Amino acid sequence: MSDEFGAYIHIPFCAKRCDYCAFATWTDRHHLIDAYVEALLSDIARNVGNGMPVVDTIFVGGGTPTLIDPMALARVISAVPRSAYAEVTVECNPDDVTPEMMRIYADAGVNRVSIGVQSMVPQVLLSLGRTHVPANVAKAVEAVRAAGIPTFNLDLIYGGAGERLVDWERTLTGALALEPTHVSAYALTIEAGTPLASQPERHPDDDDLADKYEMADEMLAAAGLANYEVSNWARPAHECRHNLVYWHQGEYQGFGCAAHSHRAGRRFWNVRTPDRYIDLVSSADSVEAADEQLDQQASRMEKLQLQLRLREGVPFEALDGDALPGVVELHDNRWTLTRRGRLMANDVSLRLK
Amino acid sequence: MDLSRIRNFSIIAHIDHGKSTLSDRILEMTGAVEMRDMRSQYLDSMDLERERGITIKAQNVRVEWKGHTLHLIDTPGHVDFGYEVSRSLAACEGVVLVVDAAQGIEAQTLANCYLALEHDLEIVAALNKIDLPAADPDRYAQEIENVLGIKAEDIIRISAKTGVGVPDLLDAVVAHIPAPKGDPEAPLQALIFDSQYDQYRGVVSSIRVMNGRISAGNKMRFMNAATVHEAVEVGVRRPVITPIAELGPGEVGYLIAGIKDVGQARSGETVTLFHDPAAEALEGYRDPKPMVFCGLFPIDGDDFENLRESLEKLKLNDASITYEPETSGALGFGFRCGFLGLLHMEIVKERLEREFNLALIATAPSVEYHVTKTDGEVVVVDNPADLPPPQKIDFIEEPYFRVSIITPKEYTGTLMDLCQTRRGDMTKLEYLSPERVEIHYRVPLAEVVVDFFDQMKSRTQGYASLDYELDGYQRSNLVLVDLWLNGEPADAFSTIVHRDKAFDYGRRMCEKLAELIPRQMFDVPIQAAIGGKVIARETVKARRKDVLAKCYGGDITRKRKLLEKQKEGKKKMKAIGRVEIPGDVFISALKLDD
Repeated sequence: MSDEFGAYIHIPFCAKRCDYCAFATWTDRHHLIDAYVEALLSDIARNVGNGMPVVDTIFVGGGTPTLIDPMALARVISAVPRSAYAEVTVECNPDDVTPEMMRIYADAGVNRVSIGVQSMVPQVLLSLGRTHVPANVAKAVEAVRAAGIPTFNLDLIYGGAGERLVDWERTLTGALALEPTHVSAYALTIEAGTPLASQPERHPDDDDLADKYEMADEMLAAAGLANYEVSNWARPAHECRHNLVYWHQGEYQGFGCAAHSHRAGRRFWNVRTPDRYIDLVSSADSVEAADEQLDQQASRMEKLQLQLRLREGVPFEALDGDALPGVVELHDNRWTLTRRGRLMANDVSLRLK
Repeated sequence: MDLSRIRNFSIIAHIDHGKSTLSDRILEMTGAVEMRDMRSQYLDSMDLERERGITIKAQNVRVEWKGHTLHLIDTPGHVDFGYEVSRSLAACEGVVLVVDAAQGIEAQTLANCYLALEHDLEIVAALNKIDLPAADPDRYAQEIENVLGIKAEDIIRISAKTGVGVPDLLDAVVAHIPAPKGDPEAPLQALIFDSQYDQYRGVVSSIRVMNGRISAGNKMRFMNAATVHEAVEVGVRRPVITPIAELGPGEVGYLIAGIKDVGQARSGETVTLFHDPAAEALEGYRDPKPMVFCGLFPIDGDDFENLRESLEKLKLNDASITYEPETSGALGFGFRCGFLGLLHMEIVKERLEREFNLALIATAPSVEYHVTKTDGEVVVVDNPADLPPPQKIDFIEEPYFRVSIITPKEYTGTLMDLCQTRRGDMTKLEYLSPERVEIHYRVPLAEVVVDFFDQMKSRTQGYASLDYELDGYQRSNLVLVDLWLNGEPADAFSTIVHRDKAFDYGRRMCEKLAELIPRQMFDVPIQAAIGGKVIARETVKARRKDVLAKCYGGDITRKRKLLEKQKEGKKKMKAIGRVEIPGDVFISALKLDD
């Protein structure tokens, strides 16, 4: 288990909803933003009052955190007591990023941003339902650097309708040209209930996704970004500590609607809508929607499933790796996924024992 | 009871021609069942029977009509249960033939009518569904006259749905079907024509008394089984079970004798009294003989004991099922089961899955081959896995069916083509009427058991009907086609086929499996081989991507649940070596299109 303690802050507002997105986010509730920020502050204060530990990582995600007033976001971040070397990340839409916004973030202690690039090819962005233009990404990176924020991630998605292998190569080349310290590359995933789910002709082909994954791994590794989780690559010491808290089965407190927490072995999550969240906080009621407590066996299995996706792999005795040549390799008495194995991580997961 | 006032009859009809509806109307019009208690298909008691619209087990009911006692004996509606039909007919003096006035007589109905004529039974014919716009009673009455010699004007026009004509039909039953004959003072001879297992009362047998009398308390001898039982209760179904003091000659009713297994009280059995036995048993008894065999394997190996117990319980109510333990290299432990026919096999599998909550795999249906070895020994093989090695086989004989198909004449060509592809030999082709033809073929049983019926129906838009019966064994050039998955034998897919078809069969089975088996973590080679020599090969390319791209923020729960769901899906797969196969592949693979 990770010794670090994390805080996640959810900002559930977007200018436009991407049609593949199943996150808890809304485009028609901007009038709630002020009340929502106040509710976050109260919720944080209440948890701090209840003895929440000082955090080692903060991650502000969404939705679109850059949609709200940067000063307001700074207040929220500052309200969470954090250690001196804490990692503080904010997810940014490149269209919204300005040098001034980044300065305000940096002043509030933000030392890592994650930029939602998705693709560097205009028609692919269009097919993903994104509005920004690739040139905005370079400008955003410039603003991040100018503000002295030391590390940043570029978020990429492959598998959009009409994206050719050369398009994906262009995206990777374009992203690498910005010299990121961290890249997340996600296969477009069809989530039930999204507009994309009902248009099968736009669904990606698994073999095509596999080709693109292999291309990404090849190019990112060559550029010095090592894979450390199925969909994440980083320069040494630039791995996302906040995500590692999740993946090490560590503890964290979520703030905001739909945010998830893991405290004292119990997983719980907040009510889904901002309206409900605001109401419950203002009436000093619990914002929890539901929870689960895993027994020892389920918890052990969960831990293995998470570990399997990481560079560190699983203990020798947790898997019959000899039956999976080319899929897993033995390093220091632990089975780790090969490139081919990472693409088959679910299947391997089901064989954990 | 006055014999001259008894009428015993069965209804012969094709599936969907309205037999059950007519039975319902008769129960209603004779006052046996009050309207308010009426539920559709009163006599079909199993859920499966009601769903499929067919009768699997014979039922009987006593009703009163204008001073006469009528025993209506409902017969199974499928050729697989032909023996049961013949036993039911042996309990009757006449039959009511019901033909759909929009469709005409069907092959199996015709076969059952011939069977009735062989038993010297009187036929009262009726054209049903005259209320339908498509009904053409004159035309089909003429057809019945042509094939059965019943005068068209004597055929009663009815609508079992609305009730029109049903009283006339009952009057005709009284007028034309002879009263039973029998001697109340002679030693008891009673025919068991059906037995069903009731969990509270044990076996309840339907009986027809031919001579003598039977009452509760009698010590009885079952003449074929050579066993002794005591009659605990006798009675009649009205249709509610009603005990009575005794059953005399000509009467139909039920007998309860504390028997726990229908195999002890089989259809065709003759019951007599222990102390005053009849000299001879009634004719026509035979052991039910399975014709189609397959392996039944639980998808979850832990269910093996469960399957054994379920088969035992099912056998209590269906003596015709046979089963013995079988071990398959591919499928593990299961049972080799024998059935009366394909429908019977499907029904049994479905009942096991439904009533006993089992998930099963059925292997390719097989027939019983007679294999003469080079040393002269003859072995009976109903499982391809048991076939001796080729060098030890002198020759193989396979069972043949005499098949008759009745069809509108425009489908004659396509049906002849079907029978020809199935190695059939035409024996006769006759016109029943200017529009309809009856085609007779001899076809190897093995060719009939694999989707012959489905093919016939799809080639004729459902218009053709089929009847068949066993017609001896014949020598054939047969070989075993083995299937290999990922280098391991998949005996579940191995089949005995004619040499001329072996290459084609192997190739198509490989293609079909390549299409049906989901991509796995590794390439899966599929090979077909004869005597170790590979004749066809396909490959299922390895699956390349099976991974959740993203963990949603801290929502680890969701990820875990998705994996759990995937794991559940995997449990429904059967592993052959390292290859995981969904259960339905076994059924689908055997449906090779012609």
